[in-house]
Amino acid sequence: MKRSRFPLVVTVLVMLFFYLPVLVLVVNSFNRSRSSGPWTGFTLDWYVRLFGRRDIWEAFGNTLIIAVSASAASMLLGTLAAFALHRYRTRLQDAHYTMVYTPLVVPEILLGISLLLLFVALGVERNLTVLFIGHTTFCISYVTMVVLARLQDFDFAMVEAAQDLGAGPWTIARRVIIPLLAPGIFAGGLLAFTLSIDDYVISFFLSGPGTTTLPIKINAMIRRDAPALINALSSIMLCVTFLLVGLSQKLNKENRT
Amino acid sequence: MAFLEFQNISKTFDGIPAVDDASLEIRKGEIFSLLGPSGCGKTTLLRMCAGFERPNAGRIILNGTDITDLPPNERRVNTIFQSYALFPHLTIFENIAFGLRVARKPDVQVREEVEKMLQIMQLKGHEQKKPHQISGGQKQRVAIARALANKPEILLLDEPLAALDLKLRQRMLVELDAIHDEVGITFIMVTHDQTEAMGISDRIAVMNRGKIQQVGRPAEIYETPLTSFVAAFIGDTNFFVGQVAPAEDADYCTLRIEGFDPVLCFNDKKLQPGQTAYVSVRPEKFRIHTEVPEGHSRLNVLRGKVTDVIYEGGHTDYWVDGPGGYRISVTRSHQRFGLDEAPITWGADVWLSWHADDGYMLEQYREDDEGLLRLPSPADASLLTELPDES
Ligand SMILES: Nc1ncnc2c1ncn2[C@@H]1O[C@H](COP(=O)(O)OP(=O)(O)O)[C@@H](O)[C@H]1O
Ligand SMILES: [Mg+2]
Repeated sequence: MKRSRFPLVVTVLVMLFFYLPVLVLVVNSFNRSRSSGPWTGFTLDWYVRLFGRRDIWEAFGNTLIIAVSASAASMLLGTLAAFALHRYRTRLQDAHYTMVYTPLVVPEILLGISLLLLFVALGVERNLTVLFIGHTTFCISYVTMVVLARLQDFDFAMVEAAQDLGAGPWTIARRVIIPLLAPGIFAGGLLAFTLSIDDYVISFFLSGPGTTTLPIKINAMIRRDAPALINALSSIMLCVTFLLVGLSQKLNKENRT
Repeated sequence: MAFLEFQNISKTFDGIPAVDDASLEIRKGEIFSLLGPSGCGKTTLLRMCAGFERPNAGRIILNGTDITDLPPNERRVNTIFQSYALFPHLTIFENIAFGLRVARKPDVQVREEVEKMLQIMQLKGHEQKKPHQISGGQKQRVAIARALANKPEILLLDEPLAALDLKLRQRMLVELDAIHDEVGITFIMVTHDQTEAMGISDRIAVMNRGKIQQVGRPAEIYETPLTSFVAAFIGDTNFFVGQVAPAEDADYCTLRIEGFDPVLCFNDKKLQPGQTAYVSVRPEKFRIHTEVPEGHSRLNVLRGKVTDVIYEGGHTDYWVDGPGGYRISVTRSHQRFGLDEAPITWGADVWLSWHADDGYMLEQYREDDEGLLRLPSPADASLLTELPDES
């Protein structure tokens, strides 16, 4: 029997469309040519140079601090929000759901501008804390959505069963709820982490002198530095992001049976 | 003295009563069933016993102690949930050990107790599996083992067999009985299935609309129903209404039922002449004859015409149009079918006879309860025949 080639062709085209630019970028990060033009030979020079740049390290540090703290905070707050949304269905909760959902669909630039206006109005200086708060606002939404999805198939009779068997609230949380929701919470947290690392728009509005994050730094470098250097930096970020997304999906699938 | 006592328990949800002034006394070591249609408040009553709901009024007394306000984790009562609610992230062993671990029992003791439960519940060899790797029947046994490992004084079971398929349900019922014999503690079981309740229970409380209708042994409930609800919900029956007139024997009375010859009925309710009596007669209490039966003083006889015959193998159900517009459901069991039992077919003129002791007077009659009967009332039946013919 002759199978249609069509699905295969479409798949290949889509993959090319998505990943060809990425592939070019990664290949070029090993290209000796400064301008990412034609291939002039293999080198690790750009990576070596990257390690020598203090300003990049600093931006990297900032990004990491923000991503870790924002995803940690959103794991806690997002989980609590998901619980509140799942357990109680009132009109207030419907409003709450909309509020949690909105940051996922509103153009990021609006979120960035409004946060900026808020901090300016409050007269707060643009430091790491401001960035942390900004990132947490959108990260919470992602964690909440992931945890909420897991709560859909969480049998609350288990909480009663644990209570019935003599467990107090703390034991129930520690031995039943957290172990069962942990994969969801971590998956949400990892998603938040990758989004925070990548974020440009919100960071653009909220970062100030000394609080540059990596994406902002890369943008600035485009004007001044060798494209190959940017390629190398982007390749590293790409790897990290892929790794985390993969991990997040694996966690989310676990215990789903 | 009662082991567990519900005293005038009421519970409302958003102002709507779920359990209404229920009082019950449950004895130590018995299998007690709460039986009623879905939504009648059985689960709510059970959950109040477990401590998951607080009654709006009334007290619950266990072994002389008022436990009404104790939280679930401080009651020596354990529940088998309808969904079993096993912990999916723990092995079968750790599921059963959960209560013991929470109570911080030493490891050796935990191992010993769990091993014992695995033995009783025939779960040996499955202890390292996760709940999703075992069958429905095994899950249920794990749920029971997990509850019993806590050494409760009462085991509460909410529709324990509802999630199983029919064959397994019958087997688990026998198993439950065996487990009860083995551990000897009090079981309180919720079910909407009368055969389940009749088969296993020492005593049954029949509930309807949040109220307890009757409490008694299965045979008492079946043979001497107090209300039209109990008579119609458990098994099938026929209701007759008549005016009481005196009879020769003071224990009996004569009922004047429209269209009937005077009907003799056991008068344990001591109704006085002129009062209205409602009587329930079960389908198998009737004998069906093709000739006038030989009468005696306690036998009631009526004439009718067979309108439907439903052969079910071991027995046949007949619907007989009797006098006064009554449509009567009659069951005849077959011992020598086709040999010396005369065949009775659709349209046959028959006589029905029943003993005066076999009609049971009800304390309470509600017309709605007729809707629970198998037989449609003649009014409904005429509706059926008026349906347009499709051919
Ligand atoms: N948590 C609750 N909130 C509101 N209504 C409830 C709740 N639990 C039960 N009910 C209502 O109480 C009545 C009795 O329910 P239940 O005890 O579950 O009945 P059963 O177990 O006999 O089917 C039903 O009408 C049900 O809708
Ligand atoms: Mg129920």
